[in-house]
Amino acid sequence: MSDRWVAVLSGGLSHERDVSLRSGRRLSAALRSVGLTVEEWDADAGLLERLRSNRPDAVVVALHGGEGENGSIQSILEMFGVPYVGTDSRACRRAWDKPTAKAELARVGLTTPGWVVLPHSTFRELGAQAVLDALVDRVGLPLILKPDQGGSALGTQVVREASELPAAMVGCLAYGDTVLAEQFVEGIEVAVGVLDGTDGPEALPAVEISPTTGTYDYTARYTAGLTEFHTPARLTPAATAEVGELAVAAHRLLGLRDVSRTTAIVAPDGTVNFLQVNVSPGLTETSLLPMAIEAAGRSLGDTFASLIERAVTRGPR
Amino acid sequence: MSDTGSQPAHQAGRSLDPHLGRYAARTAGMTASEIRALFAVASRPEVVSLAGGMPYLSALPLESLAADVGQMIAADGLVALQYGSAQGTVELREQICDVMALEGISAHPDDVVVTVGSQMGLDMVTRVFCDPGDVVLAEAPSYVGALGTFSAYQAQVVHVEMDDAGLVPEALRQALAAVKAGGRRVKFLYTIPNFQNPAGVTLSVQRRAEVLEICAQHDVLVVEDNPYGLLGFDGQTYPALRSADPTNVVYLGSFSKTFAPGLRVGWVLAPHAVREKLVLAAESATLCPPAFTQAVVSRYLSQHDWKGQIKTYREAYRERRDATLAAMEQQLPAGCTWTKPQGGFYVWLTVPEGLDTKAMLPRAVTQRVAYVPGTAFYADSFGSRQMRLSYCYPTPERIREGVRRLAAVLEGELELLHTFGTVQHRRLSGAQTPTPDTA
Repeated sequence: MSDRWVAVLSGGLSHERDVSLRSGRRLSAALRSVGLTVEEWDADAGLLERLRSNRPDAVVVALHGGEGENGSIQSILEMFGVPYVGTDSRACRRAWDKPTAKAELARVGLTTPGWVVLPHSTFRELGAQAVLDALVDRVGLPLILKPDQGGSALGTQVVREASELPAAMVGCLAYGDTVLAEQFVEGIEVAVGVLDGTDGPEALPAVEISPTTGTYDYTARYTAGLTEFHTPARLTPAATAEVGELAVAAHRLLGLRDVSRTTAIVAPDGTVNFLQVNVSPGLTETSLLPMAIEAAGRSLGDTFASLIERAVTRGPR
Repeated sequence: MSDTGSQPAHQAGRSLDPHLGRYAARTAGMTASEIRALFAVASRPEVVSLAGGMPYLSALPLESLAADVGQMIAADGLVALQYGSAQGTVELREQICDVMALEGISAHPDDVVVTVGSQMGLDMVTRVFCDPGDVVLAEAPSYVGALGTFSAYQAQVVHVEMDDAGLVPEALRQALAAVKAGGRRVKFLYTIPNFQNPAGVTLSVQRRAEVLEICAQHDVLVVEDNPYGLLGFDGQTYPALRSADPTNVVYLGSFSKTFAPGLRVGWVLAPHAVREKLVLAAESATLCPPAFTQAVVSRYLSQHDWKGQIKTYREAYRERRDATLAAMEQQLPAGCTWTKPQGGFYVWLTVPEGLDTKAMLPRAVTQRVAYVPGTAFYADSFGSRQMRLSYCYPTPERIREGVRRLAAVLEGELELLHTFGTVQHRRLSGAQTPTPDTA
């Protein structure tokens, strides 16, 4: 295994470039620590030439947001026949679009908070206030607005009063042209990593997220100390099992591969609500997947080295 | 328990920062921030960055500088690579006096303290003069890096209005009176009189005397920050405030804009008693400024046509300023207004009412153009309708493309405004300012 050399793709041009660069640096160090030869590549105009002239045994996609999660980079790697760690391009497109992923899970009877998807053009053409009124009637308050695509909570806002909606909508639309408005569910927020192994996908211990400021926004995510984490999450055995089953179900249903991270809320009545799934989870010092890997008694380097072996064995597809 | 899905007993979680309870109160704002995350994208070549104030270093004779530095190490390496004086080398301080003479300053090298960029000079001056809660007056808007320094020392900033002729004297009087009436003490006025960062305006010669007189009357020190004074497009220089009042003005100078910022060589010129304290403050901060970069600057000033280099810079920046203003005139939507800088690096743009330049930054990054939102230049959250555009680094062609993209962003925002009406925009999470001038 130590003969392998891999390229870790990070950076890119999405709003999450900074987070991705940190993920890439941490993953690269972890892989080097277990003996792999690693180069860190930015996803830029020189990428194709590097793939042609300096082909690695495998690529690990540590890009967050945009082209790293919507299947674009995966399509390129598939075209070039380079093995890579992670979900293929088609499944990426399903998982990346939050409403699509929610609909897929709801279709098989899994619980996800009620939602409405609204592009800017709907407000423009039908009148903002009328649409906002209908939104409140349909989803209720409080609700949470998210860009329909994207991560790191960028553009995400909780709305508790109808009067806050126009500003929240404008803030959310700064990150994209379509908003996912979702019923806000109080409860325990958990993230559950899933890794493919020889016996199929396996859930890692759930990580409970408890931001000291009350909101798990960008600042709470990436400032060490602003969020407390409980690993394993403080859930009943039944709820612990259920969130793990949900994450594995999402992984299977959406056709994800190698690694994913599902976020869910356990409501006070015990209902487990699916929120979203991520095909390229953060790997920074404050990210959730590395905590879960550690809680499972594994190391980040060994875990991804195994995934790299799987990718090489699987070949370019 | 079964109906909540959770265990009732509280258990301490893992915080990821074992030092959390140890930090000083002044670190409260030192958090990850959305705005800084967005600026990470601005460094990519696909993005036209009108954000950072990075000098156009391609105008430097790099090969000749490389040869000079090599010769300097061969000849003087044992000195240039050794510790040095906390005040800086005598040779460089003498040369600095020659540079300042171009703006009318008559100074003795003993009153010059060489610093690691003028930012360190500003830090030392603030450390020496400000206790927590003291008031610093600054132009509205003012340099983001200065506001960061004042905040770090827990000084309170009171902004003073500017117009096209710089600081408004009557507004200065009113600010002084208001602070006094509030029972607080103004320690100094911080001002960038020439081609101001971020507004691009210059304090008129007539007002210079008036500002000095007002400050003297109110026993308020003046801290004059002058990194751009030699970069007037028509070659004109203005008399430094320090030239008219050697006793009540502390002067900050820099080679970052006239030579190269990577060297981090600046200076403070201060009255004798202040200078003594600054030297001690500098010693505790850095022991001494780097002997190496001081030697590089000294050699540059003695061996190169540095005045010719400044002229080259001026011409490059004038061409970029012209491209910026022409593109803005042609492409920005109605309701936008902006300053017309006669030197320096920056244009200050005001966008139509109802728009918020910080809230629209994610859209701008998506459209591959970056700027600095106006709120970064205020300590009191004003500036939401303004942005700073830097024309110093991109080529004129890139500037035109950047302004075209910016115009599209503004059109998109105006459409949102039309759809949703005027709203109270949300704050992006975390620290509200970008890294000064490097994005």
